[in-house]
Amino acid sequence: MPNYSWPPMEKRRLMGKRLERLDGLAKSTGRAKYASDFNAPGMLFGEFLTCPHAHARVTSIDISEAEKLPGVTAVRIIAKPGTEIQWAGAELASVAATSEDIARDAVRKIKVGYEVLPHLVKEDDISKAGTRAKAAGETVTGDLEKAFQEADVTHEGNYGIPVITHCCLEPHGQVIEWKGKEINYRPSTQNVTGVGGDLAKSLQLPATDVHVKMDYIGGGFGSKFAADLWGVESAHLSKASGGKPVKMLLDRRTELTIAGVRPSAFAKIKVSAKKDGTLTGWQSDSWATGGFGGGGSPPLPYVFINIPNQKKNHSAISTNTGGVRAWRAPNHQQATYLTCCALEDLAAKLKMDPVELFAKNADFTARPEVYRSQLKKASELMDWGKKWHQRGDSGTGPIKRGLGLAIATWGGGGHNSQCRAVIHPDGAIDIELCSQDLGTGTRTIITQVAAETLGLPMSAINLKIGDNSLPPSGPSGGSTTVGGVSSSTRKATINALEKLYEAVAASLGAKQEELEAVDGRIQVKGQPDKALTWKAACQKLGVKVISEMGQNDQKNPGGLNAQGVGGINMADVEVDTETGIVKMKKFVAVNDCGLVVNPKLAESQIHGGVIMGICSALTEERILDAVTGRVLNADMEFYKLSGIGDIGEIVAYMDISPEHDKRGIVGLGEPSAIAIPAAIANAVANAIGVRVPRIPLTPDRVLAALEGRNA
Amino acid sequence: MQAFEYASPTTVKEAAALLQNKWGEVDVLAGGTDQLTLMKERLATPSKLVNVKGIKELGGISAGKAGFRIGAAVTLDELMENAEVRKNYPSLVAAARGVSSPQIRNMGTVGGDLCQRPRCWYYRNGFGLLGTKDGKSLIPGGENRYHAILGNSGPAYFVSASSLGPALISLGAKVKLVSASGSREVAADKFFVTPQNENSREIALLPNELLTEILIPREATKNATYELRQKEALDWPLVSASVALKMKGSTVASARVVLGHVAPTPWAASQAEQLLAGKSITESVAEEAGKAALASATPLSQNAYKVQLARVAVKRALLAAASGRA
Ligand SMILES: Cc1cc2nc3c(=O)[nH]c(=O)nc-3n(C[C@H](O)[C@H](O)[C@H](O)COP(=O)(O)OP(=O)(O)OC[C@H]3O[C@@H](n4cnc5c(N)ncnc54)[C@H](O)[C@@H]3O)c2cc1C
Repeated sequence: MPNYSWPPMEKRRLMGKRLERLDGLAKSTGRAKYASDFNAPGMLFGEFLTCPHAHARVTSIDISEAEKLPGVTAVRIIAKPGTEIQWAGAELASVAATSEDIARDAVRKIKVGYEVLPHLVKEDDISKAGTRAKAAGETVTGDLEKAFQEADVTHEGNYGIPVITHCCLEPHGQVIEWKGKEINYRPSTQNVTGVGGDLAKSLQLPATDVHVKMDYIGGGFGSKFAADLWGVESAHLSKASGGKPVKMLLDRRTELTIAGVRPSAFAKIKVSAKKDGTLTGWQSDSWATGGFGGGGSPPLPYVFINIPNQKKNHSAISTNTGGVRAWRAPNHQQATYLTCCALEDLAAKLKMDPVELFAKNADFTARPEVYRSQLKKASELMDWGKKWHQRGDSGTGPIKRGLGLAIATWGGGGHNSQCRAVIHPDGAIDIELCSQDLGTGTRTIITQVAAETLGLPMSAINLKIGDNSLPPSGPSGGSTTVGGVSSSTRKATINALEKLYEAVAASLGAKQEELEAVDGRIQVKGQPDKALTWKAACQKLGVKVISEMGQNDQKNPGGLNAQGVGGINMADVEVDTETGIVKMKKFVAVNDCGLVVNPKLAESQIHGGVIMGICSALTEERILDAVTGRVLNADMEFYKLSGIGDIGEIVAYMDISPEHDKRGIVGLGEPSAIAIPAAIANAVANAIGVRVPRIPLTPDRVLAALEGRNA
Repeated sequence: MQAFEYASPTTVKEAAALLQNKWGEVDVLAGGTDQLTLMKERLATPSKLVNVKGIKELGGISAGKAGFRIGAAVTLDELMENAEVRKNYPSLVAAARGVSSPQIRNMGTVGGDLCQRPRCWYYRNGFGLLGTKDGKSLIPGGENRYHAILGNSGPAYFVSASSLGPALISLGAKVKLVSASGSREVAADKFFVTPQNENSREIALLPNELLTEILIPREATKNATYELRQKEALDWPLVSASVALKMKGSTVASARVVLGHVAPTPWAASQAEQLLAGKSITESVAEEAGKAALASATPLSQNAYKVQLARVAVKRALLAAASGRA
């Protein structure tokens, strides 16, 4: 078996370099086409009728008026009489028409009778959830009572983090054409390989009938894996309309109401420690909702998993709201928020620098040395030693500065990915795998790996992704893409090279295993004078085309990729205590992720994660009305996201070192997005001298916390 | 949106002739930044739209002896960039600058800003201007963090969305309203009204009238607008305060203090105005004025914080005006 391992750090020409993303220009000039940009002659537009009630039974549904509207080509009932609807925004019927406006007019002509039923849409106060809250049951380790009794200090607090949505800039949806036996499907998806099969299953067709293509996606963050009802309905609408393509993209209101949420998490937490900061006990009673199905149990205590004495319980609350979907590091942002806020409060009570507290307790984590060194690095980049002050000890003026920190961990690893490397006799190279580039730079990374292995420039690689006729590669979730595609590409290109060596060995008067690919040549190892140019070497293939596969071995990745990363985040904020307005000054994110294929893209990932985290910390929240059961801010006006002026300085530091490098490649999309709200909330507490228990840190909450302090 | 007829007259006379005596049938279209949203959400379903951007008479800013005339179709960006306005009315410039996103300021007009509909999320989600369900207001017991803290005894709890309104009132401006049968001038503080039922409006404009211009008297004032918003990017003020001070030496001869985004109309804070007369603006006077301005506030279940914010806005607006930095 050939040696697939990564070339040594110092020998890499392309991997590890700060290269620009290959599709940057196409994206910034609008040449990159998304599913929502796709148009075809005769294309129809699909729309949903959605339910205005949070809980109701459909008693009647009449589509006859809608069907009569000129321009309407198909109307389908989704919720037959008798159907019980569990959240506002749920789909009741679908329409296809020759224009979006006609489709919307038709939707308005559908008459639905409802029996309105009682609903629950809020979960922040668990005492009001009644039987809708289901406790998982207590888990106990050690002797918590004793630990609390013997502790030098204990702290008790309540913390909460709300439901938020993914807020993808490109809404969910697709263009779909079901003509005869074939379905042409252009979704916005994180799962080009699998989404066709998912659709086929719902349509009871063989998976081979569905052809999927997607070049670009405008954000997914975990919410775009399945074909979804909009995919299935659009297919039916297309078929019912004589096979014409149907475009259906959720409007912003529907997108923010039903296309997925991140669960909330609330908890009552008690922690104890010795005088020197060593943690001795943890107790948490947490609850969360992710919609009707409940969902979302944050792993507590987070990262400091081995705190000796623990007692935990978690309740899942079922609410009449749109359902949960994976959201960039599911449960971790919540878990680190709950954990690190409690630990920071404990540190404040001990009058201890939280960096010290975290370092002291690093032995309770799975990677003590990594965290200690990351704490050191982050402190240095933040100038923590100089800037940090005791909680609230921030001067007399109304503007207060403060620092906070939080911790992250994630798995990563490589997903199941297969790659085909094709070498043509004219020297052209196809690299083929059915992956997708979520904006993370997957295209660039695959190209770097292939070009590095083949000893060629990036421009020599013709990369094909985003088409399910290509070799299957896993969905992009769990930060597993970079590990998977890099490994399969490495293997496929090495396998192809072996075939090329075999074909040219004789003419170089050497054995196959004595050859190498360097600088556009195939040569006898270390002997540039005994070489063929790449082109000349490929010509030796005659009419034969090399086509070789490579597959990431998930069970035994052979050092190409690995799992398990950490991160330390630090925030520097400014709070106007007269207004409760929090401004970001600086954010430091230190992350390790094994072998870093492209530090520039990695940092860009971190920037994205930090910005997303700042939104979540300061402004983002899904707001439901208790009486009507409706989402009140399902728009981009009051569902508040930060803009450039709200972000402050971001320092992204990749912990690149030989020890991390030798582990192989690990994904970064998720770990980079975890610890931000916790770090910011802790910085605010440090600045103003009092905990704002629930995020987002809006002026009302900050002022209320300050008032509580003054009371 | 519902299909509609479109007219693009070139004179005020032609435009006025197209308007109707009842709300809802014919709507005026200026920059469209609010009107089109209302139509997409079917909160407005006119059968005809009258575009006023092609009417020359509605454009231009001119400074005469009597004062300033600002055409209703002047964009917020034009207003902000006008040298005379910048010199005399920093308050107005700050109010216009606060309308976030350059795109909205490039399209949105002064007339449209005064006539825009409330942003109350109950209204925008289809529960009517007053936000009711089964005849009962959803707001006092509901999600009212952005709602009124003054003038909120019902049935209206929304806040007036206009940021220019408070500034113009503080500057003693008038608006000119023209219909097919004549024209009238209305003081800016009388232009905004609190609706008493679903079918009335939050402005004194009649359905058959066009707002054609704004007139600001030429009076030397120290003026400023200070708003508080959480985000820099695309956000609404949580509160704003516009102040205009007529000075006698270093003391205030008379003051106008008008709050925005706190009540169903811009809110003249007469207690603060009285307190300021005869005083020089110091930090503590400004703070006292802020307190006085909010003395009669009646916050709802979630918006007591706005009382504090409004106090601070008044204080900071006064200090900005006094120091000449708006
Ligand atoms: C995200 C966002 C943030 C915003 N922030 C602010 C803010 O901070 N402060 C603020 O004040 N505003 C703010 N706005 C609102 C914005 O200023 C208004 O939408 C804009 O000024 C309206 O002007 P327009 O010309 O586009 O009016 P249009 O949308 O064309 O019209 C608005 C309304 O006024 C009527 N109308 C317009 N002109 C006339 C006229 N001459 N005579 C009679 N009726 C007329 C129309 O019929 C319609 O009812 C914001 C808007 C958005 C979307």
